[in-house]
Amino acid sequence: MTPILTVERLGKGFVLHGQGGLALSVMRDLSLELHPGECLVLAGPSGIGKSTLLKILYGNYLAGEGHIRLHFSDGPLSLTELPAHAWHALRRDVIGYVSQFLRVVPRVSAREVVMEPLLARGADAAEARVRAETLLARLNLPERLWSLPPGTFSGGEQQRVNIARGFIGEHPLLLLDEPTASLDAANRAVVVELIHEAKARGTAMLGIFHDEDVRERVADRLLPLESFMAPSLAPSAQPISRGLPHA
Amino acid sequence: MKRPDPSAPVLARPELDRPVLLDVQDVTRLYGPGKGCEAIDFRLHAGEVLGIVGESGSGKSTLLRVLAGLEAPDAGRVVYHRPGDASETDLYAIGEARRRALLRLEWGLVHQNPRDGLRMGVSAGANVGERLMALGQRHYGQLRAAGQDWMTQVELDPARIDDAPRTFSGGMQQRLQIARTLVTRPRLVFMDEPTGGLDVSVQARLLDMLRTLVRQLGLSVVLVTHDLAVARLLAHRLLVMRRGRVVEAGLTDQILDDPQHAYTQLLVSSVLTP
Repeated sequence: MTPILTVERLGKGFVLHGQGGLALSVMRDLSLELHPGECLVLAGPSGIGKSTLLKILYGNYLAGEGHIRLHFSDGPLSLTELPAHAWHALRRDVIGYVSQFLRVVPRVSAREVVMEPLLARGADAAEARVRAETLLARLNLPERLWSLPPGTFSGGEQQRVNIARGFIGEHPLLLLDEPTASLDAANRAVVVELIHEAKARGTAMLGIFHDEDVRERVADRLLPLESFMAPSLAPSAQPISRGLPHA
Repeated sequence: MKRPDPSAPVLARPELDRPVLLDVQDVTRLYGPGKGCEAIDFRLHAGEVLGIVGESGSGKSTLLRVLAGLEAPDAGRVVYHRPGDASETDLYAIGEARRRALLRLEWGLVHQNPRDGLRMGVSAGANVGERLMALGQRHYGQLRAAGQDWMTQVELDPARIDDAPRTFSGGMQQRLQIARTLVTRPRLVFMDEPTGGLDVSVQARLLDMLRTLVRQLGLSVVLVTHDLAVARLLAHRLLVMRRGRVVEAGLTDQILDDPQHAYTQLLVSSVLTP
């Protein structure tokens, strides 16, 4: 079956100009394939670049080397060469992301935060509202919180708002950065259910899960990142090459 | 492991390339060495919010004045592509009268200081109705209804339609200026530090309102701000300016999370987070 996403020999480094041009290489030669309906779980100790990979795939970080391609019915699209103005539509329609932290406009209610991905596609507001409330209810967020801005919520409550916002759009590719980190067992089980339902719809997922039990229940495959870690913290006067394919 | 049927429809490509609305070609406007903006090149696509960030004196406000038709560049072109119209409009090659008509009919400008964008001596309703009258609307009842409708949209009490803007708070004046600008449904809106002079508590409400209006009206926006948090929440893409030049451009999240240029790294790392 055709993969939805292929990553070839991806490398990433950071040059810290404020530290005299210190060059940090954090990833090299990472390759993977992701198919519709599968959940690939990134494994390895913290600091190994799991979040870095998700951030590159979502456009927050620039890829240093290698290729990332999405495979559409009419052919592949290179994310490493995608102009910045195209990311907006891609994120709206294709790639979803559940981050560990919620970043939203203050004073906007939890319900509206969750509705937004649908509204951005021009969905009917009443329908978006029903779907947002259904998800918030499934995630056991008390109804009295729905009309409040999530800024003052607990970590677990914020995370559930974040999960609802991430799943409501039913993106074909979903990046999950520790979506269960601050949840209790009951809500972890709801997230596992959501992931299983997404798989059944054909959603491809790439995730980080520290909770072993959750990992066991959702992962189709594990990708250990140790072998792709670059020799860490190598100070170098050489700038890291960027945007160049491997020769 | 059970997978969906391989013959199931595969991934459909979304529309990634929206038409170009504004094409800025090598624009320079200098008052002195390093003062103003120099060799600026970018395109704004339909439906995009483009943020221009930088410190005071970086040239971002000069650039905005050139883009918004208020100040001719020393060199370069600002070209407007009207949606659904194959011809292009070179902003400073057309005459003054046509340029003013364009600004009045198809574009909008939101000033940092609402007093620069409002007429303080006339009522709130007249402020909103004025741009409609410039479009030829004369029916008093309709103008008044539009005034009330837009005051509601920007969360102002429509019962205050006959009050003068000077009796409004700063945040209310800014929302009135936005209503006055958007009432004519402009395709392209320029905003100069729209949340700049406001209390923090008022800023959040205005930010949310701007995001909603951009989405509902399908606006394209060029937004100048020195506030990176405002840029993160409103802008899809950013240009980072320093000493009159663009030093880095890209997706907003990338500029703020993985800045490449030394100056952008300094700018991003200097922000205080409470």
